[in-house]
Amino acid sequence: MTPHELINEPLLTISQAERASASPTRKALRRFRRHRLAMFGVAIIVILTVAALLGNQGAALKVDLKNANKPPSRVHLFGTDRTGRDVFARTLVGGRVSLSVGLVAMLFSTVIGTVLGGIAGYYRGFADQVIMRLVDMVMSFPVIVLLLCVVAIVGPGIFKIMVMIGLLTWTTPCRIVRGQFLSLREKEYVEAARCIGMTNFDVARKHILPNAIAPLLVYASLGVATAVLLEAGLSYLGLGVQPPTPSWGNMLNTARSVSTMERTPWEWVPPAILTIMFVLAVNFVGDGIRDALDPRTLFEK
Amino acid sequence: MAMYILRRLLINLPVLLGITILVFLFIALAPGDPVSAYMKPELGDNPVLRETMRKELGLDQPLPVRYLRWLGLALHGNLGYRAVGGQRVSDAVGSGLKNSALLMGTALAIGGLLGIPLGIISALRQYSKLDFALTTGAFLGISSPSFLLGLGGLYIFGLKLKLFPIGGMLSPSVPWSIGDFLHHLALPALILSLAYIAILMRYTRSSMLDVINATYVTTARAKGLQEKVVIMVHAFRNALIPIITVIGLILPEMVGGAVITETVFTWPGMGSLLVDGVAGRDYPVIMGITLVVATTVLIANLLTDIAYAFADPRIRYQ
Repeated sequence: MTPHELINEPLLTISQAERASASPTRKALRRFRRHRLAMFGVAIIVILTVAALLGNQGAALKVDLKNANKPPSRVHLFGTDRTGRDVFARTLVGGRVSLSVGLVAMLFSTVIGTVLGGIAGYYRGFADQVIMRLVDMVMSFPVIVLLLCVVAIVGPGIFKIMVMIGLLTWTTPCRIVRGQFLSLREKEYVEAARCIGMTNFDVARKHILPNAIAPLLVYASLGVATAVLLEAGLSYLGLGVQPPTPSWGNMLNTARSVSTMERTPWEWVPPAILTIMFVLAVNFVGDGIRDALDPRTLFEK
Repeated sequence: MAMYILRRLLINLPVLLGITILVFLFIALAPGDPVSAYMKPELGDNPVLRETMRKELGLDQPLPVRYLRWLGLALHGNLGYRAVGGQRVSDAVGSGLKNSALLMGTALAIGGLLGIPLGIISALRQYSKLDFALTTGAFLGISSPSFLLGLGGLYIFGLKLKLFPIGGMLSPSVPWSIGDFLHHLALPALILSLAYIAILMRYTRSSMLDVINATYVTTARAKGLQEKVVIMVHAFRNALIPIITVIGLILPEMVGGAVITETVFTWPGMGSLLVDGVAGRDYPVIMGITLVVATTVLIANLLTDIAYAFADPRIRYQ
């Protein structure tokens, strides 16, 4: 046997090799798919998203004063609101608005938090001090209190809300990323990467960030739920998404006065239930991701 | 112990100072000219008058001077006057603070009285059916948004079943009585307590599980102590730190009030006051509330640190 053949001799059978080489990502995915509650959550989120995408914008905005405040019927599945708009269509389109606010706000907060947390954890020292004191200050307030204060200045509106929620919730991902960077930057492979002359930015992006992604994913999933709830709260108060654009939150506004709350429950109950369902589903998924990425279970099966 | 408290206090002061600067800048840079609020509309827009008024109010001074004057007044408890109605902000915030603390305090007390024992039971019977049911319940409780539960509760128990009043803190035109107050308090407090029960149960369970297999717990059993003493004195005390942390994180909410849930129940606390302030662009009120909330958060942090030192004397010497 020539040395060449010796090297090519397969050491493991193909199926063994496949199992051993299954990447951590694939293993995590497999564990996630086995998490029953999480898959249930995924199903709910998919159904709600598809329904929201199918919503009919025209019907949601069409005013029909002759048929105002009608209870649910065959024509109007969820009845009509005080200007005769179809509540079913508004619930679907409202879902589209609420979910977009949640998604965009979460992306915004994750990006800001990752960049600042990465800088603080990678460079430490002065930058770390400044950023973390800022985090302390922002975290000294309940988010909703700050959010209301900012609304008082900049006024309501769907895009303002996306941006503001992002700007006020970046502290959590910032802390997560900073913690990960602080410990990962001392690892040998990072030192090796620095030794071969990689720039700081490349080291952070290619070698540290991918290893810090697990807790960030859990945050990102729950972050959507937080943002949806903040939007719902603000819009319920009339300080968020402004009518006639429907959102789950501003449809709840009907329930602000006890008399309309009692008279037309079909108007605010559907968005309230869908919001709760969505938030629960996201929490199920978040729980599943946390279990799937838990390093303690990483080496099982 | 005194040294420890002093050190903690000194760490928190710069943050508080930073917050006062932020709050001040926030209002100073807000759009709109405060002078307009004091000008009688029938006088028309008179630039000379405007300038005099600006001097009189001290608005011609540079920002740092204005900040120091404002800080001095705030330290004496003068937070200015409400833009609408002219009530003293300190009075409005004071009564809001009291009402919020009553509501949130009750909710937190219910949360602690139910959540902590349930968490201990759940940990002692790990993996039993009861544990599974309690853990699932806690998960649902933490995930459910309280203001939506509040809307549902108000509709079902207040409007449909008529078991509770539909909001407010006291019945109008009825002389004050403790029964009436408690009747109004019950529903919002119970709904808010659900989340606290869930959180405290979850943390108590996990921190009890951490200590329950420790060797000193086995030792306590081995020397023949009653199970009750083993659990409550030897295990629970060592499981306290995470529980204190959670309570410390909840405390600030007692001051900020459960903003939206308070509005749902028209409870006249800090949350409702803030929402009114924002809706009416009543900047002095917003400023007063932010300042009080931030201060209390820092005080809560301080209390948490002190509670740590009581629960675990080793912390004092670090």
